[in-house]
Amino acid sequence: MRHATLRTATALVAVGALALTGCGGDSGKKSEGKGGGESAPTVRLPKLNGQTLQVTAVWTGPERENFTKVLDEFEKRTGAEVEFVPSGDDMAGFIGSKVAGGGAPDVAMLQQVGVLQEFAKKGWVKPLGPDAKKELSENFSKGWQDLGSYGGKSYGVYFKASNKSLVWYNTQAFEDAGVSEPKDWKGFLKTARTLADSGVEPVSVGGADGWTLTDWFENVYLSQAGPEKYDQLAKHEIKWTDPSVKQALTTLGSLFGAKGLLAGGNGGALQTAFPQSVTQTFKDDPKAAMVSSADFAAANIGQTKAKVGTDAKVFPFPAVGKESPVVTGGDVAVALKDNKASQALLTFLASPDAARIWAGQGGFVSANKKLDPAVYPNTVFREIGKALVAAGDDFRFDMSDQAPASFGGKPGQGEWKALQDFLKNPKDVAGTQAQLEKDAAKSFGN
Amino acid sequence: MTSGGTAAAAQASGKGTRKPGKSVTGTRPWIAGAFLLPALLLLGALVVYPIGYSVWRSLFDAPGSGFVGLGNYAELFSDDRIRTALKNNIIWVVVAPTVATALGLIFAVLTERVRWGTAFKLVVFMPMAISMLAAGIIFRLVYEQDPERGVANAVWVGVHDTFAEPAPYPGANPRPNSDLKASGGGAFTTKEAARTGTAVSLPLVAVQPDDLKGAQRAVAAKPRPGQITGTAWLDFTRGGGGTPNRIDKQEKALAGLEIQAVRDGKVVASATTEADGTYALPARAEGAKLRLPASNFAEAYNGVDWLGPALVTPAIIGSYVWMWAGFAMVLIAAGLASVPRELLEAARVDGANEWQVFRRVTVPLLAPVLVVVLVTLMINVLKIFDLVYIIAPGASQDEANVLALQLYQSSFGTDVNQGIGSAIAVFLLLLVSPVLIINIRRLRKERQR
Repeated sequence: MRHATLRTATALVAVGALALTGCGGDSGKKSEGKGGGESAPTVRLPKLNGQTLQVTAVWTGPERENFTKVLDEFEKRTGAEVEFVPSGDDMAGFIGSKVAGGGAPDVAMLQQVGVLQEFAKKGWVKPLGPDAKKELSENFSKGWQDLGSYGGKSYGVYFKASNKSLVWYNTQAFEDAGVSEPKDWKGFLKTARTLADSGVEPVSVGGADGWTLTDWFENVYLSQAGPEKYDQLAKHEIKWTDPSVKQALTTLGSLFGAKGLLAGGNGGALQTAFPQSVTQTFKDDPKAAMVSSADFAAANIGQTKAKVGTDAKVFPFPAVGKESPVVTGGDVAVALKDNKASQALLTFLASPDAARIWAGQGGFVSANKKLDPAVYPNTVFREIGKALVAAGDDFRFDMSDQAPASFGGKPGQGEWKALQDFLKNPKDVAGTQAQLEKDAAKSFGN
Repeated sequence: MTSGGTAAAAQASGKGTRKPGKSVTGTRPWIAGAFLLPALLLLGALVVYPIGYSVWRSLFDAPGSGFVGLGNYAELFSDDRIRTALKNNIIWVVVAPTVATALGLIFAVLTERVRWGTAFKLVVFMPMAISMLAAGIIFRLVYEQDPERGVANAVWVGVHDTFAEPAPYPGANPRPNSDLKASGGGAFTTKEAARTGTAVSLPLVAVQPDDLKGAQRAVAAKPRPGQITGTAWLDFTRGGGGTPNRIDKQEKALAGLEIQAVRDGKVVASATTEADGTYALPARAEGAKLRLPASNFAEAYNGVDWLGPALVTPAIIGSYVWMWAGFAMVLIAAGLASVPRELLEAARVDGANEWQVFRRVTVPLLAPVLVVVLVTLMINVLKIFDLVYIIAPGASQDEANVLALQLYQSSFGTDVNQGIGSAIAVFLLLLVSPVLIINIRRLRKERQR
């Protein structure tokens, strides 16, 4: 769902996003050269001359272009012919209808853990073959391997990852106010207050899209209540009326409920869509100083004149409890047909060779341990990539993406709606909890 | 061809003496059946079967394996979201066709009298040429909250601001540890009473950079005997490093700020700050507290929250009317053209004024057309989906929900329940059928005439 929104954003402004690619153009070309010449292939792929392969993903615009480059390399190495089929926003619906019609694509890039599990349960996705499994276990930490598994079998390769525990900030606004990157929540609020005093509204929240709010909550909750509670809440083993949720909402309310800390006030934040929440932070005459968002916000920053790494920088989401949270998302490649070619593609996507191609183009982070961070086009992405690999197994996958879609993934209902109501009225912690629990109980069916 | 010939031959031979197995027209039933078969097959496969299957499916649970009887229908009326959808559908059916037809009628009657009537009709009809989806995107922009982007709010705010002067420093507030404290209603008052011959400084922060364009450096006011003086300035040094409550170099003056001297709840004197931030209050302000009234800091008027929970449905209905008033106008204008002129003339000759002619002659004569338009629009409105889907932002989609949208959300995507979706579809069919029956009856009556 998250990517769906992002995708729309990128599609709308393909030109702007292309400009971003332009920013990293030089280094991108360099690493491309490296990929072709200097570094030897690290993975051996079978010869597949004459075979054709269909791959589907939600990507359009620059993301699709970059992914096509990865597929081109696969074609070159194996001789197979790969066809890219855009799935549209509703990947699950698209694949469902294709499977029902008997014409499923060979490989799909899914966005939600829940969808992978649903498909595995239905037997639509095929387990990884020995080669792909070997490549996966060599290059990815156990946490990522587990995310692609269901019922003890490995199904998916997390080719593209994203780090959602970041705060992008406008360096000029920080300089004007004389503040530096905060480390913890208290410091974050203090920084925000100083920024407000300096005359710029500190925090931009894209509350019109419910998922940006679930990300806020997840970051606070993971850092404050810890990974164990996070896992329990994600599976609805503890209720949303739990005191830990109350604590997290109260913490979040200390930002959402404070006067003058949200760009446009609470009402304005509710009207701000995700792309706008990013661009209003980095346009000339900025409306806000900071925006908490994943690495893919770089595509939106690309629409403004701000440059990632100089005008737009990033710091880890401030620690509310002991440590800063690492909440991630990602696209997982799965095989819908069990044939040699799709297994070969999964093997390739699990290798650093494939990740290197897109990483060099920008707008891409990989959790692949073997990927040399030097291929990232700028320091910001290098840091994000390093942090993701360094997190090892201590990261947590986006909670709302693990939940049934009716709770965690649809506009106007479930968690999205409840948190939007909370943004409207941050004092009503108990009411928000009750609503969340009511919706969750219905969606999880327990 | 062959069978056609056979039929004709059969008819000819069957004249007068009807053999068993032949109908009134003399056609053998199997031949009639053969002719009807293609149409029946198509109708069956494309209309009857889907309806039947939907009814059947609506009696089962989400995976489609467990029989739940009328459980899905019970769910339909107990779920809050679906109930809101139902309520909104009723609002839609009542309001949208009525307003569109009324506007269409007005346009049709008026364009008859205007010289450039055809051009006008063309313009009003033009939105019909746009797809619902495109219209939705257009109105999403029109209703945008930010007056810089949304036309509706740009107009609204423009009108508002011509009557109410915007505040000079919206959102500004005093340094937290200064002498100024919030005194209710957005105003700020000093704790200490002011003495003549002293300078009272008024440090403020959180002033928007836009409001400071062209501001001078703040100057410390000199104490003057018989007056209360002081400076109001932005107590924030760019890049940090300034001392709170002191006028540091580069700190900007706040001009045009209203300052009131208040004693026992009454304003005894007031002043406005100069370009360098200084002000002076006369001797009669002695012992009063200084207040910065809320009018200095009122948030800029941001217009109407069109797509907020309260207004979202009327706003979307507005966009629907924009599209369909043209349709109503064209049909009504056609009906109007066939109204006998003599009747109107006769009424005028009899001394009826224009309003009476319109009310007592034109509208009754147009009644059949108006009913057609109303009924068509009602059927159209019951299945409204695209406009709501596109215009309503996520935060208020719940409040704008309609049955067709709920059907879609319940049935498609991940984590869905097609049982509920089918139940909504069947329910929608039931809602449309009375309107359809009225329409069919009316058509029959007209044929009999």
